[in-house]
Amino acid sequence: MKIVISAMGKEKESILDRRFGRCEYFQIFDTETSEFKVVTNKAVNANGGAGIAAANQVIDEGANVLITGNLGPNAYELIEKAGIDAYSCASVPVHQAIEMYQNNQLENIKAAGRAHHGMHH
Amino acid sequence: MNIAVLSGKGGTGKTTVSTNLAFILGISYVDCDVEEPNGFIFLNPAIDKREEVYVEVPEIDQQKCSLCGACTKICQFNALAKAGQEIVVFEKLCHGCGACKLVCKYDAITYGKRVIGKIEKGYSKGIRCERGILDVGEPMAVPVIKSLLGGLPPERHIIDCPPGTSCNVVTALRYADAAILVTEPSEFSLHDLKLAIELVKQYEIPYGVVINKDDGMENRITSFCKQDNIPLLGVIPYSKDAAILYSNGIMLCGDKQQSKYISEIGKNIKEVFGWT
Repeated sequence: MKIVISAMGKEKESILDRRFGRCEYFQIFDTETSEFKVVTNKAVNANGGAGIAAANQVIDEGANVLITGNLGPNAYELIEKAGIDAYSCASVPVHQAIEMYQNNQLENIKAAGRAHHGMHH
Repeated sequence: MNIAVLSGKGGTGKTTVSTNLAFILGISYVDCDVEEPNGFIFLNPAIDKREEVYVEVPEIDQQKCSLCGACTKICQFNALAKAGQEIVVFEKLCHGCGACKLVCKYDAITYGKRVIGKIEKGYSKGIRCERGILDVGEPMAVPVIKSLLGGLPPERHIIDCPPGTSCNVVTALRYADAAILVTEPSEFSLHDLKLAIELVKQYEIPYGVVINKDDGMENRITSFCKQDNIPLLGVIPYSKDAAILYSNGIMLCGDKQQSKYISEIGKNIKEVFGWT
């Protein structure tokens, strides 16, 4: 199972970025192979539709689970349609977010947050 | 001849100058500040024609679609995305460029129409009035502006532009043969006036400046115009009377004293713009 986390940095100690569309990196953990990969979010500087482009990238990476802060309306629609389980997490180190997920301590994202929320941080 | 009225800074008096000039010169008034058109508050025309403005958006035939994702990759505006067994279209992000249809090998994309605003036409005080209105929540004003200005008959028009120097103003200026820049003697206004002039220069059309809320003295605008050899087309003095008329929705032309300033601007633009 692949877990994707929006992050501010490339290390496991880096802090989770609560912005989805405008985060710098996606950290990807494969729980079966213990493989760990970091990709740059291609949408970080998009003129518009950053959430959509970021969701596209997460879907293409074959994610099963997404851990972030909030999802805007467009990203939410795509993530939901793609059948990816999305969870909301506080700004904690990435490794801690994964532990919290594995201990069922994270809340499911069941509704879209505000549009363009991450643009003003 | 289309005379564009722009400003850079918002709230300097574009609509005041536009509506009053159109009235005094007896030419048509066109409000292309489609996000917040307010000229009709002063002119109050009887509307005799309404037209809807459409944009084209892709429609995916899910039967023909192979989910190859080529359309989502070519889209420069992130208006298309693949999620699960479906290509999702985000209509408001679509610029109608047609790239997705071009790259689709399966002929699964056709274009449908979507209403984003309207155009209203009518007459007031003997002059023709038109305006574009962008629907609330729609992000793209340019198609409404193009539809409005592209459809104008070959007469003289005053084009009341949106504020700023964005795509909306750039689009409006494409249809302009001359430009009036409305400003006020504040530092903010001068700053944005300089940006607006830089833009107008690209079009190689005659232009001049009108100072609203003028203090009657040598000020930052008069010295800037002098220094850069920009024609000063006239002034509307800073006065409580003008503010009272404005806030009651009454045109300055309706006041004997105020209408003199508008007439003066009208006289000067004929001269500067070579109006024969």
